[in-house]
Amino acid sequence: MTADNIILVKAEDLYNEASRLRYDEAQPMDYLRDIVGMDWGEEGLGALYYMECTATGERRVLKAVAADRENAFLPSVCSLWKTAVIKEREVFDFFGIRFTGNPDMRRLFLREDWKGYPLRKDYDMDSNPLNMENEVNADVTEEYTLRPDGTIEGRENVVFGSEDFVVNIGPQHPSTHGVLRMRTSIDGENIKRIDPILGYIHRGIEKMNESLTYPQTLTLTDRLDYLSAHQNRHALCMCIEQAAGIEISERAQYIRTIMDELQRIDSHLLFYSCLVMDMGGLTPFFYGFREREMILDIMEETTGGRLIQNYNVIGGVQADIHPDFRRKVKEFIAHLRKVIKDYHDIFTGNVIARQRLIGVGVLSREDAISLGATGGTGRASGWSNDVRKHHPYAMYGKVDFREITRTEGDSFARYMVRMDEIMESCHIIEQLIDNIPEGEVRVKTKAIIKLPEGNFSTSVESSRGEFGVMLESHGDKYPYRLHYRSTGLPLVDTMDTVCRGQKIADLIAIGGTLDFVIPDIDR
Amino acid sequence: MFDYYNLEPLLMWIHRTMCGIMPEWLAFTIEGIAVGIFIMVMYAVLAIILIYMERKVCAAFQCRIGPDRVGGRGGLLQVPADVIKILTKEIIFLKNSDKFLYALAPFLVIMASILTFSCLPWNKGGEILHMNIGIFFVLAASSIGVLGILLAGWSSNSKYTLIGAVRSGAMIISYELSIGISVLTMVILCGTMDIQEIVAYQENGWNIFKGHLPAVMAFIIYLIAGNAEANRAPFDLAEAEQELTAGYHTEYSGMHFGFFYLAEYLNLFITAGIAVTLFLGGWMPLHIAGLEGFNAVMDYIPGVIWFVGKTFFVVFLLMWIRWTFPRLRIDQVLILEWKYLMPLSLLVLIIMTVMKVFGLVF
Repeated sequence: MTADNIILVKAEDLYNEASRLRYDEAQPMDYLRDIVGMDWGEEGLGALYYMECTATGERRVLKAVAADRENAFLPSVCSLWKTAVIKEREVFDFFGIRFTGNPDMRRLFLREDWKGYPLRKDYDMDSNPLNMENEVNADVTEEYTLRPDGTIEGRENVVFGSEDFVVNIGPQHPSTHGVLRMRTSIDGENIKRIDPILGYIHRGIEKMNESLTYPQTLTLTDRLDYLSAHQNRHALCMCIEQAAGIEISERAQYIRTIMDELQRIDSHLLFYSCLVMDMGGLTPFFYGFREREMILDIMEETTGGRLIQNYNVIGGVQADIHPDFRRKVKEFIAHLRKVIKDYHDIFTGNVIARQRLIGVGVLSREDAISLGATGGTGRASGWSNDVRKHHPYAMYGKVDFREITRTEGDSFARYMVRMDEIMESCHIIEQLIDNIPEGEVRVKTKAIIKLPEGNFSTSVESSRGEFGVMLESHGDKYPYRLHYRSTGLPLVDTMDTVCRGQKIADLIAIGGTLDFVIPDIDR
Repeated sequence: MFDYYNLEPLLMWIHRTMCGIMPEWLAFTIEGIAVGIFIMVMYAVLAIILIYMERKVCAAFQCRIGPDRVGGRGGLLQVPADVIKILTKEIIFLKNSDKFLYALAPFLVIMASILTFSCLPWNKGGEILHMNIGIFFVLAASSIGVLGILLAGWSSNSKYTLIGAVRSGAMIISYELSIGISVLTMVILCGTMDIQEIVAYQENGWNIFKGHLPAVMAFIIYLIAGNAEANRAPFDLAEAEQELTAGYHTEYSGMHFGFFYLAEYLNLFITAGIAVTLFLGGWMPLHIAGLEGFNAVMDYIPGVIWFVGKTFFVVFLLMWIRWTFPRLRIDQVLILEWKYLMPLSLLVLIIMTVMKVFGLVF
């Protein structure tokens, strides 16, 4: 792979250029993968817009720079892609770029009283001493609009009015799967609006990356989405290897692919357990954990870790597979094929489960693409978005597997997509497990890895969607900026669209089927 | 007629003896206190047994072992240890709660539960509160419980508890209709509201056999509605852990929470006990008309064993349901009641009446 091809546009032309690409006749760029904020120092603050055409898989990158550091403004693209609302909030939070036309310019991860913008290169690390005061959440957001004469006008939008009955779901709540907080206004049992408040487990991983060498940055990937630890690390290794021109052995490719798929099964089993428990069925919860335990045991033998595995390294994998690995994986798959029937018997066919899931929380295909809800969620809405199919990497181009898609877009479709993907992952592993070629598992790399200048990006299909790595190198042994496309952030953003008008109990079930992991959102 | 285990002569003898050595009012007072203590002890002991049973049953369903450390391999002392622990916990009062109602609520719940508990027919002559409208009294007393739940939810001054209480109120009041109608169905069959007479009516066959089709349907309706009354899964939305953390008792701690917990388990037992009384013969042994020898052998087993055995069987059925089904949603719960269960139970009531009038029941 060569460096990304970046089209530079002027700040004032950004909206028109984005709009032209979005509604292009031949290749409409209808899926905005990510917006990556950047601080180019002298050149100014700005953002990279990664977009993709869902029909052809063609990708484009736009770059826009706001020259004035103190009053950085860019036009918002949230009328073209819904996901831009929350992505632009993230950029604002870290870089202080205000987006004119975005209705919601609050901070996303940091406290509302945070001083400064931490991902700017001139940020003073001592400017925010530990604050023990309670954070007060504002019920209004700021919106900026550009007047024709070039001046900026601000106004306030109301999130929750005084007549709203706002229930705080999270951050300490059994069913938010981590420290997610959703301020939910309800009318009786019906949901009127959900406002997700993020950042309770924000660790500043992207900031930390800027002072770590490339091999060191790997450590943090497993801590993003811990149920996609292998895939996340795979993406970063791939990005660095491709940028540095490191060829890795076929054996390592096989092992990485098998590990990714094992991880996917692990994650989907946990999805099943958690969804069922969220809906009040505690018995099937233990079924999922019973089988997941076997996967963790298999992984532990080879990688030494169960949750945080640190297995992929630049140039291959950390260690060769355990001698029992093949046999145990085959035994496990045979076992899983046998017991999966129990899963369906106790839950899928259950009349209450079907009542609770079918037709609930429908996400249309257009919304799924516009909100960037990748992974099983998008596929359940009929959006074929499997990175393994559309941009094959590792061994995925050579194995035969089906991309599971459904058209209903409801909770049940999201559930069934994941259940079917478990079987598809088994199928992939079965094709690879007996054919792992002999050879090195790790090629020698230089002690200090320096990447050539440029922007590099890779994406993989993690357990819950497209996980992307966007890297800008200035030729150093440290990345100038290393951004991860969170799989969960667009999914949480989807909650408000999907849950409106549903019941509180549905909120929990829908949250379960969207399947997000909080550390991955907050980073 | 068998009478080996009739408790009535023994109890009357005790009463007469006591009246012989003291004034009658004093005898009544002492007897009342003794019975009260007896109820409390039974209540606590049964709760411990039920909690232990629930843990073991759900462990079996979930491919687990359950308690196995405290008190030998069976973990027999686990629940008593938990009881002692909960007794030592601090009872927390929240700053903005309504202190009086907050403290009153758990007592209302447990009082309703104990009143209903006292009406169960343990044995021939072994009913603590005996009156000729016994089953009506059970229905009336059990509805006090929902008042406690509503008060608990309201007085805690929290949004979760309020939603839980409102859900619970809507649900319990709805399902009381089905329970009432299915109980009425059996009252029509037996022709009496006196619990002991209902049991006596089943001497030559339990009601579920005597009333056949309508009785079986009423039994199923009763089990579903009773499950809802006891706030147990799949009808546990009042305390839906995954949605409302603990529903109406989120803010309670220590023994106040313990009362809710106790009442929940005893309500399970009471629901099962009333089901046994109405449909499965109460303490009445299994009698098959015409098989005198068989009936005589069955009579040697004490009534209390029959009653407790049958009740625990129904409790097991309810636990089986709980650990298998996911939870319903509030609108689905109400639709189930108002669109299906209530019309169906009215239909069953009519069928039963017609059959009784035309003598189509055994």
